[in-house]
Amino acid sequence: MRVETGEVTARLQDILAAHEGLEGPLLPILHAVQESFGYVPQDALPLIAANLNLSRAEVHGVMSFYHDFREQPQGRHVLKLCRAEACQSMGGDALAERVKHRLGIDWHQTTPDGAVTLEPVFCLGLCACAPAALVDGRVVGRVDETRLEALLTEVRA
Amino acid sequence: MKDFIIPDRDFGTPESKSKVMVTLNVDGFDVTVPEGTSVMRAAAEAGITVPKLCASDNMAAFGSCRLCLVEIEGRNGTPASCTTPVAPGMKVHTQTGQLKQLRRGVMELYISDHPLDCLTCSANGDCELQDMAGAVGLRDVRYEAVENHFTPKNTAGELNRQWMPKDDSNPYFTYDPAKCIVCSRCVRACEEVQGTFALTIEGRGFDSRVSAGAASDSFLTSDCVSCGACVQACPTATLQEKSVIDIGTPERSVITTCAYCGVGCSFKAEMRGDELVRMVPYKHGKANRGHSCVKGRFAYGYASHKDRILNPMIRETINDPWQEVTWEEALGFAARRMKDIQAKHGRQSVGVITSSRCTNEETYLVQKLTRAVFMNNNTDTCARVCHSPTGYGLGQTFGTSAGTQDFDSVEQTDVVVVIGANPTDGHPVFASRLKKRLRQGAKLIVIDPRRIDLVKSPHIEAAHHLALKPGTNVAVVTSIAHVIVTEGLADESFIRERCDWDEFQDYAEFVADPRHAPEATELLTGVPAAELRAAARLFAKGGNGAIYYGLGVTEHSQGSTTVIGIANLAMLTGNIGRPGVGVNPLRGQNNVQGSCDMGSFPHELPGYRHVKNDSAREVFEKLWGVTLDHEPGLRIPNMLDAAVEGTFKGLYCQGEDILQSDPDTKHVAAGLAAMDCVIVHDLFLNETANYAHVFLPGSSFLEKDGTFTNAERRINRVRKVMAPKNGFGDWEVTQMLANAMGAGWTYTHPSQIMDEIAATTPSFAGVSYEKLETEGSVQWPCNEAHPLGTPLMHVDGFMRGKGKFIRTEYVATDEKTGPRFPLLLTTGRILSQYNVGAQTRRTANTVWHEEDVLEIHPHDAEVRGVKDRDWVRLASRSGDTSLRAKLTDRVSPGVVYTTFHHPSTQANVITTDFSDWATNCPEYKVTAVQVSPSNGPSDWQEDYASQATLARRILPAAE
Repeated sequence: MRVETGEVTARLQDILAAHEGLEGPLLPILHAVQESFGYVPQDALPLIAANLNLSRAEVHGVMSFYHDFREQPQGRHVLKLCRAEACQSMGGDALAERVKHRLGIDWHQTTPDGAVTLEPVFCLGLCACAPAALVDGRVVGRVDETRLEALLTEVRA
Repeated sequence: MKDFIIPDRDFGTPESKSKVMVTLNVDGFDVTVPEGTSVMRAAAEAGITVPKLCASDNMAAFGSCRLCLVEIEGRNGTPASCTTPVAPGMKVHTQTGQLKQLRRGVMELYISDHPLDCLTCSANGDCELQDMAGAVGLRDVRYEAVENHFTPKNTAGELNRQWMPKDDSNPYFTYDPAKCIVCSRCVRACEEVQGTFALTIEGRGFDSRVSAGAASDSFLTSDCVSCGACVQACPTATLQEKSVIDIGTPERSVITTCAYCGVGCSFKAEMRGDELVRMVPYKHGKANRGHSCVKGRFAYGYASHKDRILNPMIRETINDPWQEVTWEEALGFAARRMKDIQAKHGRQSVGVITSSRCTNEETYLVQKLTRAVFMNNNTDTCARVCHSPTGYGLGQTFGTSAGTQDFDSVEQTDVVVVIGANPTDGHPVFASRLKKRLRQGAKLIVIDPRRIDLVKSPHIEAAHHLALKPGTNVAVVTSIAHVIVTEGLADESFIRERCDWDEFQDYAEFVADPRHAPEATELLTGVPAAELRAAARLFAKGGNGAIYYGLGVTEHSQGSTTVIGIANLAMLTGNIGRPGVGVNPLRGQNNVQGSCDMGSFPHELPGYRHVKNDSAREVFEKLWGVTLDHEPGLRIPNMLDAAVEGTFKGLYCQGEDILQSDPDTKHVAAGLAAMDCVIVHDLFLNETANYAHVFLPGSSFLEKDGTFTNAERRINRVRKVMAPKNGFGDWEVTQMLANAMGAGWTYTHPSQIMDEIAATTPSFAGVSYEKLETEGSVQWPCNEAHPLGTPLMHVDGFMRGKGKFIRTEYVATDEKTGPRFPLLLTTGRILSQYNVGAQTRRTANTVWHEEDVLEIHPHDAEVRGVKDRDWVRLASRSGDTSLRAKLTDRVSPGVVYTTFHHPSTQANVITTDFSDWATNCPEYKVTAVQVSPSNGPSDWQEDYASQATLARRILPAAE
């Protein structure tokens, strides 16, 4: 869910206070913000910048470099499919197409009921068990027809 | 730097300052360079250019483009030459079979995602990518891109999601992502050179793009200050001047000096025919070192603005419309009137105002006009209203009326004190150099009622901000001296050696008095005592301490006292006479230093010699063949007072708009209206011209030869790049006027005027156009003892002998807040506008600042029912005006702030006629005011606007 600007400011102050004096604080702060809000609200960036005496551009540059920092709230579940070479060679493309079709969404999108967000990921280090997926932080290997159905049931709940 | 048309060699990486020399061998040639130099630069020193795209010698090496690879014997692989430092005995090969192949491969990849529309590209002929493709011998691109960044649609007509449209929100340059090779030069220039950090690379890999500000920003809405450093750094057409897109590439360049602020940046005026294509900061300019700001770099369009008047005009009375006439007629009319006035009202009834925007030579002629032709000393200049206290204060304490350092000195400073100045807006190029030093670790103390950008902005933060109440400078400076003296932080050996010891003891006794303790002055100044003590200790013991100050120091009833106080601080701490220290006034206008040097003041002949000084007068009397008046003439305020009284009737005012820039506008208007002959010599029908009888069209800095002297006493050449649109350089016009009055002057080139200055003025004795041609510039004093000029003053001893400590008693200004006027107004400038705005208002700079606004603290606004952007009435004892409010906590409660760039606001209707006790410099920085909600412009503004419209009517020329 999106958070109102006023609340962003209030909760952000606590996060910033908790990170005061830390060396190299920007990434830990962005992580904490994502943890707290579920995404990194754009409203938060100028406040983080002012707090760290950085420019808006610099904070935007760092945040946009890391794909895992989201600008939008995500679904209740996040399904990530590996798009790297080993998984592609083991039918990853077809799997991805099937998942997109079944969920009715494309990469980086969330189903209209807010249940699931679909993200590509590049290598989960699970090449021996390709094709691989990541469901809410849990790795799943050898995603075949049966496992896919189970996964879809789980994330659509 | 994109400078291939008019080469100005780029060595790839910055110069190393090391004293240790290293010898290496590049392609068989031995070359010796300072330790820490890159292999790329060493090769360049040997005359060998290694191909490169991401390197430029005004920023640190980055090593991203992989084009500058070299082979080094005994080392593995092919390191990037820009990031590899030299080592003794190193053997470098810059061109081998392997390197050639690698470079072609890299180039092929670049070109696979770059459009091949070179012929119609705005950077055609001025593109480093094009040049590098040629240099590496790229003949074929084997890759066909599946996706690219540069085609808006694919062959099937579907939109390309990778393509982004041009951002042309900035009025002066465009950002075209399709041409970008993501070399990061723009981002690094913004960070390292300008220090604004407005740009970044967003995303990563194939998605990497240059982004101004955050995701939703354009160049205009981002933090970008439009300094042009990124445009200059861009190797392709990605960031490109709109003027180049419109006109094409320039064909020649002329080195000249910017005519805006007192930094005096050197520029290359790049021309095609007689059309100015662009102004590019000149790398070898010693004031700016290749950097620029939005004004000098882009805001030159006023010179060809339609408002510019190109024909002389006269009128019988100021209520008549203007009539265009020939030069003979206008000059004859002016000369006749001035002569009649002098015949009727006496020799002292006319005078001149010299310009701080014109050249030294022109200023010299104008003061010569009054001294040798009008036969009086009624000459003054706008320095009266800005830095006259600097002249007085530094003259008394050190013996010269100028800053002690060059701008390079800031690179060696450890503690910087900025008092009453806002360099990021007023002197942006100096501010960038200062910020660079601050990022390296120097400490900053800001003494200013407002939280200026230097107090806190990305990557810099002042150690102490002493937010004093306007008008209490002397109390703060004296308290700092109190801490230094009473805590034993003074540099006694320096004082004993260099200053008058008795005077020091007298001063020490004075400041040690407990009434000067920060705890005692806190109530008065609003500066917490602990903060002030900490700042004083830092300045005294933090290493090289340098003081930079501006009009926030001088434009007070105690301006001269504060300047003296600042000089005392520098002497107390021994911060004089070496690099990294000193007392440095940041002068407002391009040639305000020069106009003071050239004898613009009524009591001083050129070179600051008093008119009562017989030997000085004799020099000029001999040369000019006249007898000079030995009594000082009238200052500007005296001229106006005398005009109102009816004893001063004629004025020749060159390149200055006293009606808008001088305090108490109504009084100025009354004075001008009472005169019989006001001659305005300017580019535009300025506000003063509304009260003029003769208008002589002026020439811009692009249209004449001459010299400007900047804040560091540097005499820089101004070169004519095009013929004057009005027909004559300003020096020629002054000469014609003098000759119309029978002077018989015969100068045919400004160099002859400089020769006369050198022959008569000791501190300029060694200056000639020849020397300026070979040296680029010199800093006065330039004479037999210092043939190449003097970058640092007072190195072995003060100019006056022993440094003089003078007591600085705080006397509160008569301008006090009370129940009717409870707020204090202080005034200043902003980055995109300059002075009265006559130039910058006639450029696209108005997108950043279209009107003057009143900064007010939210608390003060709330109790008055004022909201952001509301019209408010701003009233003082002198008058009132209306403008829009801007709520901000940059100003403290009780203080309001505005700029004076727009004549429709006329902030100087508000300011009072209080002035500095020593020099009459007006007290612009403190006015007691009240702010109240309003519906729109005041009666005065409306009357003024209708008077101005009436006064600006021009009749068509008679056939």
